[in-house]
Amino acid sequence: MEPSTSTDTQRVRNKRPSKLTAFLTSRKIAPYVFVTPFVISFLLLFLYPMIQAFVMSFQQVLPGQTTFIGFDNYERLLNPTFYRALLNTSVYVLFTVLILVAAPVVLAVFLNSKLLKFKNFFRASLFVPALTSVIVAGVIFRMMFGESDSAVANEVLGFFGISPIDWRYGSVSGMFLMVLLASWRWMGVNILYFLAGLQNVSDELYEAADIDGANPIQKFFYVTLPSLKPVVIFVSTISIINGFRMFEESFVFWQANSPGNIGLTVVGYIYQEGISQNDMGFGAAIGVVLMLIIFIVSIIQLKFVGAFKED
Amino acid sequence: MTTEKKEKWVSILITTIFAIITLIALFPIISLLIASLRPASDLMREGLSLFFNPAELTFSNYLSIFSDNGQQYWRWYINSILISSMLIVLSLFFSSMVGYALAMYNFKGRNVLFVLVLFILMIPFEILMLPLYQLMITLGLIDSYLAVMLPLIVAPIAVFFFRQYCIGLPKELMESARIDGCTEYGIFFKIMAPLMGPSFAAMAILQGLTSWNNFLWPLLVLRSSDMFTLPIGLATLLTPYGNNYELLFSGSVLTIVPIIILFLFFQRFFISGLTVGGVKG
Repeated sequence: MEPSTSTDTQRVRNKRPSKLTAFLTSRKIAPYVFVTPFVISFLLLFLYPMIQAFVMSFQQVLPGQTTFIGFDNYERLLNPTFYRALLNTSVYVLFTVLILVAAPVVLAVFLNSKLLKFKNFFRASLFVPALTSVIVAGVIFRMMFGESDSAVANEVLGFFGISPIDWRYGSVSGMFLMVLLASWRWMGVNILYFLAGLQNVSDELYEAADIDGANPIQKFFYVTLPSLKPVVIFVSTISIINGFRMFEESFVFWQANSPGNIGLTVVGYIYQEGISQNDMGFGAAIGVVLMLIIFIVSIIQLKFVGAFKED
Repeated sequence: MTTEKKEKWVSILITTIFAIITLIALFPIISLLIASLRPASDLMREGLSLFFNPAELTFSNYLSIFSDNGQQYWRWYINSILISSMLIVLSLFFSSMVGYALAMYNFKGRNVLFVLVLFILMIPFEILMLPLYQLMITLGLIDSYLAVMLPLIVAPIAVFFFRQYCIGLPKELMESARIDGCTEYGIFFKIMAPLMGPSFAAMAILQGLTSWNNFLWPLLVLRSSDMFTLPIGLATLLTPYGNNYELLFSGSVLTIVPIIILFLFFQRFFISGLTVGGVKG
């Protein structure tokens, strides 16, 4: 009896060299080891900066000394430059969301149709702009929308008898450039989202519509669009968040300073104040306000498209 | 017969319209290719014109980038390649582990962690940017590769993607591996990870492209020209004086062409990688 038990324990010992290893490789502990990188990254690179952003927004941050100044940073936000940044960003969000939902839906429906030839080629080609960095895209757009009469955009206008435009120096044309650049880059990606959504629309719905004698346009509005609602909600939500985060589309046209702030965005303002002016407390306050705005706008948007309604 | 004919015409019409749309979408890239073959001084003076003299096309911009003049550019190129490849390795390793654990194990806190992943996905990075920048200064990481990579290493988007992918993997394999005496880590690295191939490919492309094109964060943490990545370096050439336009145009082409070539070969993975958000939860 006794000898056999000792060999058993010995065997167990041979298999599991130490208690610590046994503990670390146990089924209970392993998942925690696996998620450790996320927990560390969450604490250090998310939670800490998140709290710090709130704290800093109530401070004047100078090298080597920080002082608590209450709501001063937030009061300073009530200035025309911030309003301008907010206005620019809001207009940009509005247009990019409208364009980047409406146009990809229509293009995706055609790309899904049996009547279109060379589908794969078109789908891939429309996706290519998403591969370019904003900076490279900006280099091209600046050349195409140059001030001279012989830049492409002005040549096209000249063809229609319209006089050349100083694209980068007007507030409307400046906004047009930023919206165009973003729409160009994101169109192909959003088309893919809608194409994926279209695969889930059942053919029976179209057959039923055919029996009812619906024409293609009616089918689009009464069958396709309602079936794509989840994708519309998803695409509009990410477009809103990405729109409010916009910085690079403005930077490539004007660097950090645009004439009359026509290209200033909220994130651009964070960069200007927090980094260029080294006023981190104020920059942090802009960030906190931006987060609140995104939060509120997202909720309004989700209500508007009816994401909370069950149907 | 008549409907067949009608359909044929509609088909030709739609295809023609798409050909035009595609041409418009690709026009900027084609323009860049042509622009890189034109004398930089002309571009500075005239902007990019539809009308140009084909006889004037020249490789001089490319000669310039391969001469002493372009040394700085290749330095940025190497920085970008190093940062992107290191980031791909690190972030795939860590993010796949986390996503795998969230999908395959039932443990206390799992749901909380998953909600946190989704929560981070919704918070714009730009809000955390200033405190993170301060943190990099405190840690003495300014102007280092590590500072550029750190915020992207455990990317919540990749964790989310791996989790969704792993949910579809057969759990029975884990059981039989355990019976064979495999440790939990052995199961992941030897048995499950090889089954996750397509998800690794998709995330390698997403993380690689994000890093290759990343702009705002590297702009904050990189100081010296020797450490710049391609987008940051190219942006410094984008001056109104246009004294470096030879490099700017040939350099831009050489920045996007490798990516487009990769896209032609790995289209499927580009598409699944760049449309991650659409994965159903």
